[in-house]
Amino acid sequence: MYDIERFYRAKDVPDAVRALEADPDAMLISGGTDVLIQTREGKLAGCSLVSINQLPELTGIRIEEDGTIVIGGAATFSDITNNKALQSRIPILCWAVDQVGSPQIRNVGTIGGNVSNGVTSADSASSLFALNAVVELTGPDGVRRLPIADYYAGPGKTVRQHSEILTAIRIARADYENYGGHYIKYGKREAMEIATLGCAVCVKLTEDKRRVDDLRVAFGVAAPIPMRCHETESKAKGMALDADLLDAVSQGVLAEVKPRDSWRASRAFRLQLVSELSRRALSRAITFAGGEIHA
Amino acid sequence: MLDIITMTVNGREQEVAYDVRESLADTLRNRLGLTSVKKGCEAGECGACTVLVDGRAVNSCVYLTAWCAGRSVLTVEGIKGPNGELSPIQQAFVEEAAVQCGFCTPGLIMTAVEIVGTGKRYSREELKKLISGHLCRCTGYENILNAMERIVEETWEKHGVS
Amino acid sequence: MEIGIPKIRVDAADKVTGAAKYTGDLEPRDCLVARVVHSTIANGRVVSIDVSEAEKVPGVVRILTCFDVPDIQFPTPGHPWSVEAAHQDVSDRKLLNQRVRVYGDDIAAVVAVDDVAAARAVRAVRVEYEEYPACVTVDDALNSSAPPIHEEKPDNVLVRSALSVGDMTFDEAAASEPDLLRLEKTYETQTVQHCHIEPPVSHAYMAGGKITVVTSTQIPHIVRRVIGQALGIPWGDVRVVKPYIGGGFGNKQDVLYEPLNAWLCQQVGGRCVKLEISREETLANTRVRHAIRFQVEAAVRPDGAVVARRLRADSNQGGYASHGHAIVANAANCFKQLYRDRKALEAQCRTVYTNIATGGAMRGYGIPQADFAAECMADDLAALVGMDPLEFRYLNCMGPDYEDPHTHVKFNSYGLKACMEKGAGFIGWKELREKYRGQTGPVRRGVGMAIFCYKTGVHPISLETASCRMLLNQDGSVQLQMGATEIGQGADTVFIQMAAECTGIPAGRIHIVSAQDTDTAPFDTGAYASRQTYVSGKAVKKTGAVFKRRILDYAAGMLSRPAEALDLRGGEIVDASSGAALLPLGEVAVTAFYSLDKSVHISAEETSHCKENTFASGVCFCEVEVDIPMGKVKVLNIVNVHDSGVLINPKLAEAQVHGGMSMGLGYALGEELIYDGKARPLNPNLLDYKLPTVMDTPKLNALFVEVPDPTGPFGNKALGEPPAIPVAPAVRNAVLHATGVAVDSLPLTPQKLVERFTQAGLI
Repeated sequence: MYDIERFYRAKDVPDAVRALEADPDAMLISGGTDVLIQTREGKLAGCSLVSINQLPELTGIRIEEDGTIVIGGAATFSDITNNKALQSRIPILCWAVDQVGSPQIRNVGTIGGNVSNGVTSADSASSLFALNAVVELTGPDGVRRLPIADYYAGPGKTVRQHSEILTAIRIARADYENYGGHYIKYGKREAMEIATLGCAVCVKLTEDKRRVDDLRVAFGVAAPIPMRCHETESKAKGMALDADLLDAVSQGVLAEVKPRDSWRASRAFRLQLVSELSRRALSRAITFAGGEIHA
Repeated sequence: MLDIITMTVNGREQEVAYDVRESLADTLRNRLGLTSVKKGCEAGECGACTVLVDGRAVNSCVYLTAWCAGRSVLTVEGIKGPNGELSPIQQAFVEEAAVQCGFCTPGLIMTAVEIVGTGKRYSREELKKLISGHLCRCTGYENILNAMERIVEETWEKHGVS
Repeated sequence: MEIGIPKIRVDAADKVTGAAKYTGDLEPRDCLVARVVHSTIANGRVVSIDVSEAEKVPGVVRILTCFDVPDIQFPTPGHPWSVEAAHQDVSDRKLLNQRVRVYGDDIAAVVAVDDVAAARAVRAVRVEYEEYPACVTVDDALNSSAPPIHEEKPDNVLVRSALSVGDMTFDEAAASEPDLLRLEKTYETQTVQHCHIEPPVSHAYMAGGKITVVTSTQIPHIVRRVIGQALGIPWGDVRVVKPYIGGGFGNKQDVLYEPLNAWLCQQVGGRCVKLEISREETLANTRVRHAIRFQVEAAVRPDGAVVARRLRADSNQGGYASHGHAIVANAANCFKQLYRDRKALEAQCRTVYTNIATGGAMRGYGIPQADFAAECMADDLAALVGMDPLEFRYLNCMGPDYEDPHTHVKFNSYGLKACMEKGAGFIGWKELREKYRGQTGPVRRGVGMAIFCYKTGVHPISLETASCRMLLNQDGSVQLQMGATEIGQGADTVFIQMAAECTGIPAGRIHIVSAQDTDTAPFDTGAYASRQTYVSGKAVKKTGAVFKRRILDYAAGMLSRPAEALDLRGGEIVDASSGAALLPLGEVAVTAFYSLDKSVHISAEETSHCKENTFASGVCFCEVEVDIPMGKVKVLNIVNVHDSGVLINPKLAEAQVHGGMSMGLGYALGEELIYDGKARPLNPNLLDYKLPTVMDTPKLNALFVEVPDPTGPFGNKALGEPPAIPVAPAVRNAVLHATGVAVDSLPLTPQKLVERFTQAGLI
């Protein structure tokens, strides 16, 4: 039994917002795979919970008329992986969230929760960074949207206000169309893992498929929060698809990341992974974008 | 903090009085006597407590009973035939010696029910990923995969579409 | 014939339907809940405990601390008790301890009406400590200026021991020939945990003036004795019930929390109290496999013949003695028993108290550690003399005539070299050794091997005794009762096969009582040391013979024929010479029960005191692919070949090997309990402790060389533990072959490999 002091099951989003406003100690629970674990550990013992678990208005996935992808905050990882519209548009995200925890966790864990935990190891986060995703928050004052990079305020922290709910993740057509993307999760095991390092790469090639038109390289666990390597990205623009490109990217990122030493992995090891994973993810992303590396 | 919900458990719709602090595993084990639901870690890391909620495998130790209102829950107690005969999945586990200490077994069988329910044919590698949310210390997974492969094949041959 | 049949497990159907009941499934509904308060230091003393806030938590029934427990120190290992004081296990802990010796030591306990109240109270307990520096490693404990962890052992050394073989010392032997090549190395193994999927759990209640403890254990009769010792009550006042258990692997060959549970029950007036140990507590506060450091030297002739070896082994005991020095002593024996030193072997062992989790029994009992050292060394020596590792082993491994000069254990049957041959053929040893020579590039492949030998049971180091009971039911079926325990390995099924074999009653008519209740079950020390099919199997054989004779004697009276002219086959009394059916057993049984002339309840119960032992052996071969820049090892192909005598049930034997191989792969590549400088475990959960998942596990191949063992009751010998032994060194040796980098400590984690590959210039 969980040490839950108060539990309120919200009927819809406005109801959840009201419940949060009414209780300054309340916190949201969605899939529960993090909140319940922390409750059991004692960190959140005695918590007051407002549940948005599987609220129908938050679980939908749709494509708006202008091609914008809208993923409900309570969409589960399985929902995303199995969604045909997403598979054809942003396979990188379908693939990335299919690496989270285990099949059972993916059946209940949600993308909103994954992002709102604010942890750097979240498997969805680096891909969302590489897709220039926009976070939609709904609160007492209505809806606001901000780029995902601005959502993270620090390790375990986001800019979400107490009574706000992450209602959707949005990705504009221009941010995914004609991009090839790939995410590599590096863990010590091949399943049931927390990423030692995660690397997501999205690349758009020139029309002749011979050069980089646009590149986005994002990492998880390479810094206290998920991050992009903007300098490396801009240097790569225009480069031919050859060994120099792979070298430039896999070397360039080293100057931008700030991994930590921890008992889970040393800084030196993480740097090795940063370099190697970016090289491998970029190669795959180029293939997915219709290009070929000429080594 | 007792509350009452209506949920379908192993095919029977029923009212269940439960404490809102309970995990689904707590309720199934302690209130409904469905002790096939095992607790190995209480953190969603071992899969021993896996049950199906509306057909999807979840770790019932990190899933609140409060979320089950109006939903259908299936445990291993609910998959036997009307006269107590083993389901083909259970039979495969028995015959392939996929069972040793048996503690991870009910959970794995529930994941197998979800997999078989798709009617799809999976390769051994795909099956590995699909059952990767279960830890087993006795079998090295070898005979479990043999049982899974067999039941998936059998089902596909009978009902499947490629 | 019932032996050698792949009979389906008798408990399989119950385990796939949820009908099989485990300890936690049997709790009475009104159980109180206990939780242990663990220390937040690793080394020191509890000065005071303030429970005033904790007692205010609604639902709390009783809080007891280390200041309340009986002043009795007791032992915990699952060894037979010794009637000689000098051989008794070390008694070095109390139910709750003021002297804190492990991070998370048991210092108090809360009994409450539910788990939320218990957890809240645990968090509200305030403790004042006197803290000493923590000892994480053996070196810390030996060099430390801190007070001794146990005052009885001022230098923190629990036991020192030495053994030697040959007339020369190592130094003399190494100087005795001119061309000898020398190797000096340190091999180290890590702390790992059993990770049975069912954590330890028990509940205790008082009735009829006795305490009943229902518990997940491998050793119910030993648990009974230790509860009696720990509480200072007659052993007969304790009843221990062991239902199905969710794995043990040696952790439950220790008396873990049963004595505390029994005592807490006493303290609340005998009400039922359950004590569920969480996964985190299981990893941090039960038992672990000892980390052992092996400093070895060897002298070898240019032709590969080993002339002498010297071993210094230091075993990290953790905070309490538990199985203690028996582990590293066993490790030294393995080192001795595996290879022939032409002139000398010396071994010195120390077991050293530290402040990490207590080392206990774990599948292989010191041999996986020793085998890692011995088998890394074999490959390193082979490389030193430029020899193929397989040829090196053929030249140096123990042969069929070997007899341990100290314990006198022998290979009563020998299949080691045949195993090597079979495994080498399976993996394609010669071709792969050649094919993978001199590779370049970031991804390389290699093939490696390791052999092992393992004794069967604990004779003559310790007592081997087992009992079996057979009762004829009214319909001619049989109740089979064993003191030996089913812990997932399939013991119940093979005991039925054995009973059927030696009585002539079909297996389907033999019902085993799976659970042990110490009030009614025959005595047996339990499931450990790969002993049960051998030692308890002898009890089945002996009992079966007596049982069958009694049935035939009764039938003889019914048929007015001499018993010697009768036999029992296929559940019928038959004419011994012609085989003609004379009388169904059911008729004998119903007559024996209800005859107005001569009512006899036919039964038999015999004790087998086993004074024999025999070596099992085998080999692992594996092929790996190493992704050098990523530090990843992928096992492409792996096979274990076992010399375990006759297989009672080949299908279950194979399954047993699979599980051991998986455990060996975890040992090789990822499992490790990690401690910080304060001896605090950093990864005591199944997310951070890297138990192999199915995605990490290659296809597991299990092969056998079946040489009947004349000392085995049915030609059988040890199989339970051996599969876990040779895998880790085989993987290490394959990585060595692939990359030329010899990694001398376990596990071969990606970070360690990247560091080593970087040093070697491969990255």
